[in-house]
Amino acid sequence: MADKVLMKGNEAIAEAAICAGCRHYFGYPITPQTEIAAYMAKKMPKIGGCFLQAESEVAAINMVYGVAATGKRVMTSSSSPGISLKAEGLSYMAGADLPALIVNVQRGGPGLGGIQPSQSDYFQATRGGGHGDYRMLVLAPASVQEMASLTVKGFDLADKYRMTAMILADGTMGQMMEPVSLDFPEAEKVEKPWATTGTDMAREHNIVNSLFLQPDELERVNFERYERYAYIEANETMYEEYLMEDAEICVAAFGIASRVAKNAINEARKQGIKVGMIRPITLWPFPVAPFAAAADKVKSFISVELSMGQMIEDIKLATSCKKPVTLCNRAGGIIPSPEQVLEAIQKAAKNGGAE
Amino acid sequence: MSQTQFLFSGFGGQGILFAGKFLAYKGLMEERQVSWLPSYGPEMRGGTASCGVILSDEPVGSPIVTRPDVLVAMNLPSLDKYEDAVAPGGIIFADSTLIERKVTRTDVTTYYIPATKMAGENGIPTLANMIIVGKLLAVLDEYKEEGIAATLGKVISARKADMLDANRKALQLGADFE
Repeated sequence: MADKVLMKGNEAIAEAAICAGCRHYFGYPITPQTEIAAYMAKKMPKIGGCFLQAESEVAAINMVYGVAATGKRVMTSSSSPGISLKAEGLSYMAGADLPALIVNVQRGGPGLGGIQPSQSDYFQATRGGGHGDYRMLVLAPASVQEMASLTVKGFDLADKYRMTAMILADGTMGQMMEPVSLDFPEAEKVEKPWATTGTDMAREHNIVNSLFLQPDELERVNFERYERYAYIEANETMYEEYLMEDAEICVAAFGIASRVAKNAINEARKQGIKVGMIRPITLWPFPVAPFAAAADKVKSFISVELSMGQMIEDIKLATSCKKPVTLCNRAGGIIPSPEQVLEAIQKAAKNGGAE
Repeated sequence: MSQTQFLFSGFGGQGILFAGKFLAYKGLMEERQVSWLPSYGPEMRGGTASCGVILSDEPVGSPIVTRPDVLVAMNLPSLDKYEDAVAPGGIIFADSTLIERKVTRTDVTTYYIPATKMAGENGIPTLANMIIVGKLLAVLDEYKEEGIAATLGKVISARKADMLDANRKALQLGADFE
């Protein structure tokens, strides 16, 4: 363990991005993710990289678009209101099939909201955020180690599938410190023959663009993109199962909510309640298969969220509403307590779970 | 399973977050599972500051400390706010230079350390925090020269190497305080 260091989640993201070969960062400060920008401001000039604090979020995401078009690894980070400002750029990048890493360290909303942790951008992230038919890869870390490793994974997936990958974290994950190892496997080298790197008069021009005025052509690129999405759904889902073997109640939670839920599940197990958890690590693609399988075994589901209930809709879809799904939540920047989750589990047990 | 939850609290500028970070790093170097979570937000600018540290033999679940086994209170608002949250049988360390009242709980052990005064008298006015940490380590029987030196080497950047001795002195002052 000697190679582990203690880092804030935000810093771990920044350092992991550098390890992954990212040399271009464009952003605009906002609590609670500013440490990412601060870290990049310090490090990038020393390693020949580019840190630029843009004049606005809109400018930052368009700088990301520009660098992504050249095939270089590039990222931006923000928190909820800032991501809304970047949504137009996300849609344009989807339309131009550009890879990049986007970090959202969520805070309470809507509007300017507050600065405390939240998960209420789940809909926005998993449905793409901007206009048009498109998806983003959405990765939800639940530890500082995952903040780092999913950042590296996010760059790899983005390059592989030519699309944006989002790290969907929250204020707690960004601010907390935990031991982290920065030892990552060598990144897969992805060729980018589409990148606009200059022709040297030796090849045709590459054009990066999201404008397709002919409906049949626009329809064709949409259909092709969705074939790629279907492949990703079949091959790239990630999740963790915790004590699910004999579970009669299934808790579903991601990020910080899954950490709180784990405490409650351990306590409930001591009371003889057979409860487990499925923790989605990819929110898109959503891990449909384990939820569908669990729906044939468990008596009910509990979705623990820092929102008014957003992931709960994906659980109902994944399970075809075969079993009841209840919500255990707090909103506005407040995190459910382990006691609140335990109560929800006990209630589910009484209503036909373990008795 | 052995797990201890610590809550450090005081006002911004007292080194509350640093004290917690020192303890977390010490845990990391002893190959324990650790988490450190600060309060963040507008209240940090001149208002109260706090951070929760968990040291555990098993992976840390929720990093949020709501029922600390050990509370470090470095000003009165912190003691007022968190005294009731301390787990029964827990320990409170209070800076008695800045907190004039006594702890009212009878089911906890309290140590009163005039840390701010001691720090001023010993020429290390910014290290009241580490005087309390020294006492905390001594009480928990975790005061070991070797681990402390190694941990300080990790949490104090090379740029501030001149602070190493001052921190060591502060920890020793706290550990020796009866």
